[in-house]
Amino acid sequence: MKYFLAFLALVLSGTAAWADVRLTSNVLVERIVKDVGGNDTVVLEEPKVVTPGDRLVFTLDYKNMGTEPAEDFVITNPIPEAVSYAGGEADGSVVSVDGGTTWGALASLTVAGTDGQPRAAQPSDVTHVRWTFPQPIPVGSGGKLTFRGTVK
Amino acid sequence: MQPLNCRDAASAATLRLKHILAAGTLLTAFHAAPALAQGTAAGTLIDNKATATFDTPGGEQTIESNTVSLTVDELLNVTVASSDSGDVSVTPGATSRILRFLVTNSGNGEEAFTLSANGTVGGDDFNPAITSIVLDSNNNGTYDAGVDTVYTAGSNDPVLAADGSIRVFVLATIPAGATDGQKGIVELTATAKTGTGAPGTTFAGQGQGGGNAVVGATTATATDDGRFAVNLATANIAKSASVVDPFNGTTLVPGSTITYTLTTTVSGSGSLTNLRVADVVPTGTTYVAQSITLNGAALTDASGDDAGTYTSASKTVGVSLGNVASGATHVVAFKVKVD
Repeated sequence: MKYFLAFLALVLSGTAAWADVRLTSNVLVERIVKDVGGNDTVVLEEPKVVTPGDRLVFTLDYKNMGTEPAEDFVITNPIPEAVSYAGGEADGSVVSVDGGTTWGALASLTVAGTDGQPRAAQPSDVTHVRWTFPQPIPVGSGGKLTFRGTVK
Repeated sequence: MQPLNCRDAASAATLRLKHILAAGTLLTAFHAAPALAQGTAAGTLIDNKATATFDTPGGEQTIESNTVSLTVDELLNVTVASSDSGDVSVTPGATSRILRFLVTNSGNGEEAFTLSANGTVGGDDFNPAITSIVLDSNNNGTYDAGVDTVYTAGSNDPVLAADGSIRVFVLATIPAGATDGQKGIVELTATAKTGTGAPGTTFAGQGQGGGNAVVGATTATATDDGRFAVNLATANIAKSASVVDPFNGTTLVPGSTITYTLTTTVSGSGSLTNLRVADVVPTGTTYVAQSITLNGAALTDASGDDAGTYTSASKTVGVSLGNVASGATHVVAFKVKVD
């Protein structure tokens, strides 16, 4: 299988100009620290380790490094199991609460409640977040996407 | 199913692959994170990786991002709660009186806890003398002398899994000088062995799973109170006599009938168990058979059939009142005839 894929990649890369998109994931932890005046200030730190309850900010940087626009561009990020989704920026992302089968705005989704009846999905039910770009990503262009989560 | 991309996950992915599998099947790279009431288990990895799909003139492509990885640290938290529903009733001088506590590891990793009990707390009336701390080793919620393990700090500090708890008994002696209604407080403190401090204090490398241990909101130590209350009751008996002579007068002559009335009143904050009232028929009088009454109801002289007895050998009238709560009054009456 590996050899087949390597062969396939070789063949495909040799044929034509390609949209070569770089996608970089990063995570920061949001901590509240007291400044010299005793006021709470929110700082974003690069965490090595976290504890339950810590608030995380996930960022995804994308950039088209290739020579062709990337069309129908879709970025999907599964929420790590130990993280409770805490909302995205108002950036047109859709979410899934069933492992990526159905997608939509959180308010439009339901999950099975403890009594078996559907209930409105909560942010903590989110399993995946997805961004769909209506316009192609031009060559050399990119951007940053953000969503938040809390360590369960 | 393994992800198709086997390259170093840390480097930014620029892999060019024909979209072979549905994007969703490429995404499952979860680590097991046991669901705990108190949060993700210490040592759990949080890995995040995104994928992007897009179309090019050559077809659809899927790329993966790098994986960012975080380790969940051990959060040190503990709670202690008294398991007694209220004050534990004791009597002065009583030994091995028991207060019950529940110690819970409310952190997210396995942790050992040091226990200490303090009977010299302010805000009470007497100081219970702590004799031992006992772990409910058979986990039945009840102190079993000789079965449950006596705790010795440093040698059998209880090790609790995340969310785990253990019942702890504190045994104490009540001072002989304590009086009715007085209270004595005992504090049980549980402290994480890794360390304590202000929330956020970090013990590098000492967490479960190799990460740090971080003091949580409970400061990794917790204390709760248990209370003893001395409940005593005392019985007072008031005796009165009324005389009816053979001529329906009230003179005390041979043949007069004396009715003795014993009014028993229990006072204090406790109750008396197996309270029995007894009276010896005075010399120079003869007991009137079947004349005992309790609260107006007749009792027989025979023993065993009801609360009343008359023992002719000792000329003693006896009535068993059983367990009598504070505030209760019982009236026993019997008759004698003057010889």
